[in-house]
Amino acid sequence: MTTEQTEGAIQAITSRFGEAVEADETILSGLRQLLVKPESLLEILKLARDEHNFRQLYDLTAADYLEQEPYIHVIYHLNCLKPPAKLMLKVRVDRGGGTLPSATDLWPMANWYEREVYDLFGIVFDGHPDLKRILMPDDWMGHPLRRDYPLTEEPIQFDNYTSDMLPSEVIPKQYEE
Amino acid sequence: MATEPRDRALDELDVAERRYNEDSGTETLVLNLGPQHPSTHGVLRLELELDGEIVVRCEPHIGYLHTGIEKTCEFRTYHQIVPFIDRMDYLNPWSEEFGYILAAEALYDVEIPKRVQYIRVILAELSRIASHLVWLGTSALELNVSSMFMFCFRDREEILDIFEMVSGDRFFPRYFRVGGLMNEPSDEFPDRIHAFFEKFRKHFKEYHGILTKNLFWRMRFENVAKVTLDQCLDYGLSGPIIRACGEPYDVRKAFPYSAYEDFDFEIPTRETGDAYARYLVRMDEIEQSMRIIEQALANMPDGPIVTQDERFNTGLAQHQEGFYKMKKPHPHKGLFAPKGESYVSIEGARGEKAYWVVSDGSNKPIRVRMRSPSFGNVQALPIMIEGSYLSDAIVAIASTDPVLGDVDR
Repeated sequence: MTTEQTEGAIQAITSRFGEAVEADETILSGLRQLLVKPESLLEILKLARDEHNFRQLYDLTAADYLEQEPYIHVIYHLNCLKPPAKLMLKVRVDRGGGTLPSATDLWPMANWYEREVYDLFGIVFDGHPDLKRILMPDDWMGHPLRRDYPLTEEPIQFDNYTSDMLPSEVIPKQYEE
Repeated sequence: MATEPRDRALDELDVAERRYNEDSGTETLVLNLGPQHPSTHGVLRLELELDGEIVVRCEPHIGYLHTGIEKTCEFRTYHQIVPFIDRMDYLNPWSEEFGYILAAEALYDVEIPKRVQYIRVILAELSRIASHLVWLGTSALELNVSSMFMFCFRDREEILDIFEMVSGDRFFPRYFRVGGLMNEPSDEFPDRIHAFFEKFRKHFKEYHGILTKNLFWRMRFENVAKVTLDQCLDYGLSGPIIRACGEPYDVRKAFPYSAYEDFDFEIPTRETGDAYARYLVRMDEIEQSMRIIEQALANMPDGPIVTQDERFNTGLAQHQEGFYKMKKPHPHKGLFAPKGESYVSIEGARGEKAYWVVSDGSNKPIRVRMRSPSFGNVQALPIMIEGSYLSDAIVAIASTDPVLGDVDR
């Protein structure tokens, strides 16, 4: 999936925002992704959109990494239709009160996607026109897709027998080989 | 900045006050369309502000069907996730599984047998036809063409019978496995499809005859719910909507996956970008899907239906015997994926569907993200609806073809 279009955009980004690019890697499915600093995120998005024809932002999401120093990655997927090319941009955000600039001025599409990330991960987007919950009820407490948020589940009841284990405990995460 | 629920309640009070227009001396009416309304295709609520019969403001509210599938996936092994995936886009479950399976397999860098790829393509395309038939039947039903609804569901029923024959289940197949398929499809499989196509081609001509040049159908669909190509790009719209604006973007051609490069098919496009153009695009897509399926059946290679890679030797039905002979203490522990992440997008019936799977090297992923096309399409409903008649709002919803299970996940 790495095409000349992607390469050109990555070269332009690294040459113009050299210090803002922290990592450049290819993920297992073959997409190129750049880890950039949040300060220059909007400028990089604008550069890719206006000068390299990555006209469509088609996904905006996040993932929570509960490692020794926990952090959240917010991911921007850009799409170029002609010629077909894709580019991923990653931003690292603090889990405690991290904020990002909103991309709604560049793409109206970011509106709901940023609301979703706010709802499920608790990341606040500065400059968003109407940042409120979208999938969870308005009065919900907590942000469910953070990995320290517990999965609420009940033991499965069979005929005459109820297991003591919760469904997610039936197969432990790390099983001894 | 996020608003507290109490502040928002005050905001809504504001809206109530603004309803009186001093210039014209009239009041607008706020009407809730849904969440329990047959023409919203699920539990979608549209907050419509009406000035007479014209919609001046539209705000979609979603989340009524949020089941936390992404959260649950973090607590399930790679195979256990598959049944959840089926339940998102319940009209097109085969394509959904297809995307997830490709994303999970991309973690392993594994060679998948050609036969598996072809069978997957056949089933995903059949599923696309079934999904488009539901769309055609329900949008016709909303405009009171109730016979179309019956006709389309009659044909879809036969496709579901084929699905049942292959997987044992009509709706939720859970037939694709990471590394292969559940079992060999029965020998009747090609014949059943050919027999169905023979009947369906005649029916399909009738559908065109009933609707395509029907004056009333065109009056309701033409110049309604229009979007431009720029709006498509701004709002991240994909699938039939962007193709109805003249942009031949289809993931099957742009980034061919799973042997799609072997097949000869076209990407139907239209220029006008209205509901009628989307109707024509979807009708043409049904024909192209039939073309792909026939080519795949004619050139079906021989071979195994699971990969021969040793890492996949657990949990697949083909290995039932080995399954019990394994030395491992826990036969159900599932596959351990290499550390890393994969992002795979496929062309679903509603647009570009993407899966992002992040693995930390254990048997359960730490994040499974589904980028659903319906989510973006519902977000764009206001640009199609605002300024039009209330009755055209129904056409706009129908022509975007949202599945709320897919929007809310």
